[in-house]
Parts: sequence; C-alpha cells; structure tokens
Amino acid sequence: MTSLQTPDDVGTAERFSRWADRHRKWLFAGPSIAFTALLLVIPLGWTLYLSFTDAKRSVRRDFDFNGLENYLGVLTDTERFWPSVWRTFAFTAGALTFELILGMVIALLLWKPFRGQGIVRTIVLLPLVATPVAVGMMWRLLFEPNIGFINEMLSWVGIPPQPWLADPSTSLATLTFVDIWQWTPMVALILLAGLTSLSDEPQEAARVDGANGWQRFWYVTVPLMRPVIVAAVLLRGIDALKTFDILYATKGKGGGAFHDAETLNVYAYGLSFDYNEYGIASAVLILFFLIILAVIWVLQMQRKGRES
Amino acid sequence: MKYGSKTVRVIATASIAAVAVGLAGCSSSSEGDGDVADGDLDGTTIRVTLANHVWTETIKELIPEFEKETGAKVEISQLAEDQLSDQYNVKLNAGTDEIDVLMYRPLQENKLFASNGYLADMTDMVKGDEKWDWSDFQAGPASLTTYEDEVVGVPIITERTVLYYRKDLLEAAGLEVPTTLEELDAAAAAIHAQNPDVAGYIGRTGKSAAVTQFSAFLYSFGGDWIGDDGKSTIGSDEARSAYQYYGDLIRNHTSATINPEMSWPEAFAVFQQGKAAFIADADSLYKNMTDPTQSTVSDKVGFAPFPEGAEGSKPYNVAAWALAINETSEKKDAAWQFIKWATSAEQTIAMTKLGVTGARTSAWEDADAIADFPAELVEAIKVNGENGVGHDRPLVFQVSQAREIVGDPIVVAIAGGDVDAAVDSAEKAFDEFLAEDSE
Repeated sequence: MTSLQTPDDVGTAERFSRWADRHRKWLFAGPSIAFTALLLVIPLGWTLYLSFTDAKRSVRRDFDFNGLENYLGVLTDTERFWPSVWRTFAFTAGALTFELILGMVIALLLWKPFRGQGIVRTIVLLPLVATPVAVGMMWRLLFEPNIGFINEMLSWVGIPPQPWLADPSTSLATLTFVDIWQWTPMVALILLAGLTSLSDEPQEAARVDGANGWQRFWYVTVPLMRPVIVAAVLLRGIDALKTFDILYATKGKGGGAFHDAETLNVYAYGLSFDYNEYGIASAVLILFFLIILAVIWVLQMQRKGRES
Repeated sequence: MKYGSKTVRVIATASIAAVAVGLAGCSSSSEGDGDVADGDLDGTTIRVTLANHVWTETIKELIPEFEKETGAKVEISQLAEDQLSDQYNVKLNAGTDEIDVLMYRPLQENKLFASNGYLADMTDMVKGDEKWDWSDFQAGPASLTTYEDEVVGVPIITERTVLYYRKDLLEAAGLEVPTTLEELDAAAAAIHAQNPDVAGYIGRTGKSAAVTQFSAFLYSFGGDWIGDDGKSTIGSDEARSAYQYYGDLIRNHTSATINPEMSWPEAFAVFQQGKAAFIADADSLYKNMTDPTQSTVSDKVGFAPFPEGAEGSKPYNVAAWALAINETSEKKDAAWQFIKWATSAEQTIAMTKLGVTGARTSAWEDADAIADFPAELVEAIKVNGENGVGHDRPLVFQVSQAREIVGDPIVVAIAGGDVDAAVDSAEKAFDEFLAEDSE
C-alpha cells in the first residue's frame, strides 16, 4: 500500500498546477476581467465622482463636493438639457423607424438569389464602410445651401434652394436622413442574416393554406424574425442614441448656432471641452448613462414579457 | 471552498499585475535630459504642438536649420484650431510631459491656462536675454501673454481688423473706399444692386466665431463687452446699435441664403469666389485673399483701415497666437531654446517677408521686411495699429462660454429677429456668467 502524500509533500509547482487546473476559467478570464475593470469601472467611477463636485476649468485645480447641485442644475435646465434629451430621442426614433422599414425591404429584396447579387449587396453596403466623419463632411458639402449639389439638383426640377443643415428647423431632420443613409445597410445585413436562417416549412405551410405574400410576411416572417428584429433595434438604437461623429462633423460644437442639432452627447462634449465645466458635464453623462440603461431595461423587459 | 480565498487573492494579484503592466505601458519613457546648456541640445527631442497657420507652414520649412545648429530633434504635431484646443484640454489637464512647446491663443486661453498652472513662468528667460530683446515686442500683444506679472508666452502673430474690398466692383460703381460705417453700408447696397449675385458684405455669422470680428463694430459704435465695474455693457444703446448694424449689413445686401454658421474659412470662401464686395476680418489672413491658388479675385483685393463709427475707427489690435512652455515639460530649457530661435528678430523678419504679421516692432520698421506686403495693407495696418483696442472678445476665464452669450444677439440680428429682446436676455445671462466667472 502506497502511503498517500500529504499536501505538504507536494511541490509548489505541482500544487500550483493542480490549483490552476481546477480554476482554469478564472485564470483565463482574469486578464480580461482586469482589463474591463480598468477601462470601464475606473472611468465610470471617476465620472461619477466628478459629477458630485464643482470641478471646472481644470481637474488639476482644487475642487469641492457640491452634493446634488450639478444634477439639480441640469435637471431644471430647460434651455439646453431637456431640448437635447428630446432631440436625442427624436433623432433615434426617427432614424430607427426608417432604418428598420428600409432595412427590412432591402433584406427581403436580397433574400432570394438573383443575377448580380454580389454586386448589388456590395453597393448596398458601401455607406456602412465609410468613416462617419468623412460621411458628415461629404453631406455637409452636398447640403451646402449655395454651392451644394442637392440644391443644384433640385433647381433642375424647379424647386427653390433649401437651407437643409443651415436652418434650425430642418437640420435635425436632415441629419436623421444622413444617419438613415449610413446605417440602413447594417440593419439590412442583420435582418438578412435572420431571414436566411429561417426554414422554408412555415412559409410553405402558409402558402398551402392560401396566404398571400403580405400575410406570409406579416403573420409568418415577422413573428419568426422577432428575436432578430429586437437584436437589430437594440444594437442600432443604442448606437443611434450615442451618435456624435456626424453631428459634430456637420454642425460643430454645440450642435449649431441655435443648438438645433445638440443631442446629449454633443451637449456633454461642449460642456467638457468647450466650457471646461467638468462637474456639470459629468452629471450630464451620468444621467445619459442612466437613460440608456433604462431604455435597454425596458426593451429587455418587453422581450421577456413576450417570451413568457 | 478550500481555495476560495486563494482564488480571490490570485485574481486580485493578476488584476494588479495587469493594471501595473497597463500603467507601465501608458507612461511615456522619459528621456531625462534635465538641464541643457545653451546651444547644446544634441539628441534632445523637443515636442512642439502647432496650429494650422501660415506661420506654422513657414517655421516648418526653417526647422531643419535649427536642428542642424543645435543637434536637437523637433517633433511637430499640427492641428486645426478646435482640435488643438481639445488636445490641450485633455493633455494639459492630465499634466502631460509630452508637450514641450505649445502654440496657443492668448485672448482665448491665456487667462485660463495660466491660472490652471499649465504655462511655465518665462519671465527670467525672456528678460535675461538682452540680445533676443523682449522689449522689442509690441506692448499690447506682450501684455496679453502676461498673467499676474509673469510672462507666460511669447506672441508670434498679431492681427487687426482690416477692411478687404473688391477694387473692380467699387470702381464700376463709381465709389470711393468707405471711411465710415454709413458709407460702407451704402456702398454694399449700391454694389449689390448693380451685381445681384454678389453680396454687398460678407462676414462671420457663427455665434461664437463672429464675436471677434463684430468687436470692431462694437467698439467703433462706442460700446464694449464689460464695464469697469466688471458688469456687462452689451445692453448699452451703442452696443444695441452695433448689433443691429452688423446684422443688417450682412442680411440686407445679398440674395444668397445666409449660412448662419460661418467662421472665417467659409466667409473668406465666398469672397474668394468673387461673390462678395466687402469683408472685415483679421489682416493676418490676407494671404488667403491675394494667393491666386486660393482666390479668384487675388488681383482685385484692396485693403482699408476699419471704417469710422460714432466713436471713430476702433478695430482690435491683438496677439492672435503665442508660444508657451508646458509647465510639466521636462525639457523647459530646450523648449526655451526653440522659442528663442523661432521668435528671434532675424526669424521674425524672415517671417514678415513671407507675409506673417509678427509682434516685433523692429520687423515693422524694417523696410526690406515689409517690401512684399501690399502697400495699401501696410498703411491700413499702421492706421489700425494706432487706433486698435487690445482685445477682440471678453477677457474672462471661460471665454468660450462668454463668446456664445455675447454672440447670441449677432445671430439674431443676422436672421432679422428681435435684436432688443436678444440683447436683453444676453445681458442678463452675461451678468450672471461674469459673477460666476470672477469667483
């Protein structure tokens, strides 16, 4: 009978190797957990901390806690904060609605194989691969009221020049259009992936039962696609809420002279980089973060509700 | 859970190790050259951050000479104005030592940066070198790079409002160059009536961007931003008239849609394309008008002193850009060597020859240096220099915010809105801002 080794007899290397074997998942995940903590928790914590202080001009200066003053100031600000909340949602809702409808149409068109499919798909995806800042610059030139191509084109059919981005009443809608132009392909891509993974049987069964094209789409395809559609809404919606690049590239700091394209992101950026109001900017960002969390939570709850 | 606590410990250790590795990666390796003797900068790298400007383009071509003379290596990062500000806000805020020399806008940032402790005190450096001669710098611009009696920057570019005009259009209309704001308005109207596709006057329209150029109108009407008591004076009758005049001047004499967000590049573009008769803007930008590769009217541009208002002709005369040393730089001496070279009398004269409007008196007195300037421009610069006011925006800590507040009535005036109401609310907001800014 061989005597059992007591733990003391085992070499350190052996012990570590056994331990490592048992805790593989933690060991492998450790570095990425630490990395995430470093990149996510620390900045977020610092922002949260700043949001309760009167930090301004420079964070190297002395600053004091001022409790909820920043939050109160921001939440009672009907001149910049609430309008930018409204704009953020108007922009997101407008863009998302059109992107879903158009994305679905494009996905349905590309669903069944046809000649030249490869080329058509590539062309449809082109806006997606363009850099947003370059896209912003490009549309800014196209929409230029006096020398822009869009007004030139309109003049061929006798429509007078429109101010587009230059007019506070049309700029946000114009920017929503640019967002739709750029991001519809992504939604189409997600939906197309969902469509191609659907099996043919339900469609055939519906056809045998005499359902027409629209009925098959509405009562068969859409319900089957629901998880994919929700995923597309989540991905694109969160992204649209956070849009910054095209807004900044076309309208600059403050979202234009009348803040007409100022969303929460642009507002927070202006507070921080233009006004050097770090405390207030942090409060706006934390509120923005909470808003996004709330939106995700609502969407998730809805999904769970439907599933159950 | 025998290993439970150990697991936690290992994860903690791993995290700390990862953090340490990360931080080590982030921190730049310092080259630790400490004190550098004059003229001996062998192997030293000087990091210089510059804005897009004629000055920058010129100095870049000359830098190899400096590198050859001193053995130093100059690394330049060049950015547009807005991006440059953002860069400073991030890097200087974090106490970086990656910037040694910075090009900044004294009117916009001197008070803020100096009070934040971003700028090194250069008093002993500038005053300790008689040959380089600090007293040669014009007093107005030099005072703008001084903060609480400490010299924190060396002005490199000065500018005044000058009136650019189209000689051919004025001649065709049979008009003299306007010397008063009334004449300017009349001339703009007459030229637009003759040439419907030409705007009588074009100017900056962006809320914040327009403030500096509007200042000349404001002062000439007898107004200013802030009174001696530290309170807003933009609600005065003079200021109201100036707002109204500026808005009318841009709005009334054009058939084109007015872009409400123009800074100088957009406004200049209109003039360069021959679509405007007058524009009052910084004289330091004159090359944009006279360079045939940029301007279709390069040979038809005239220059005149700023026209007189009720209180005479009062353009601004300021230091637009200056060089400073980053307080947290580890190579302050090398940085000073660079600044001293870049702002020396010889260099300034060379720059002046290339069309840069510098801050040294000696360069303006050197006939050879200013030989290539359009004679009319030199004359206008001289007159404007004498009449000039030393600021073109409210001199406060948080200038960006102040510009947006006082710029609001400009935008309303250009759009043809209710100027009085806009001024009333701007004045209220400005007073609140001033009370907080001075804290």
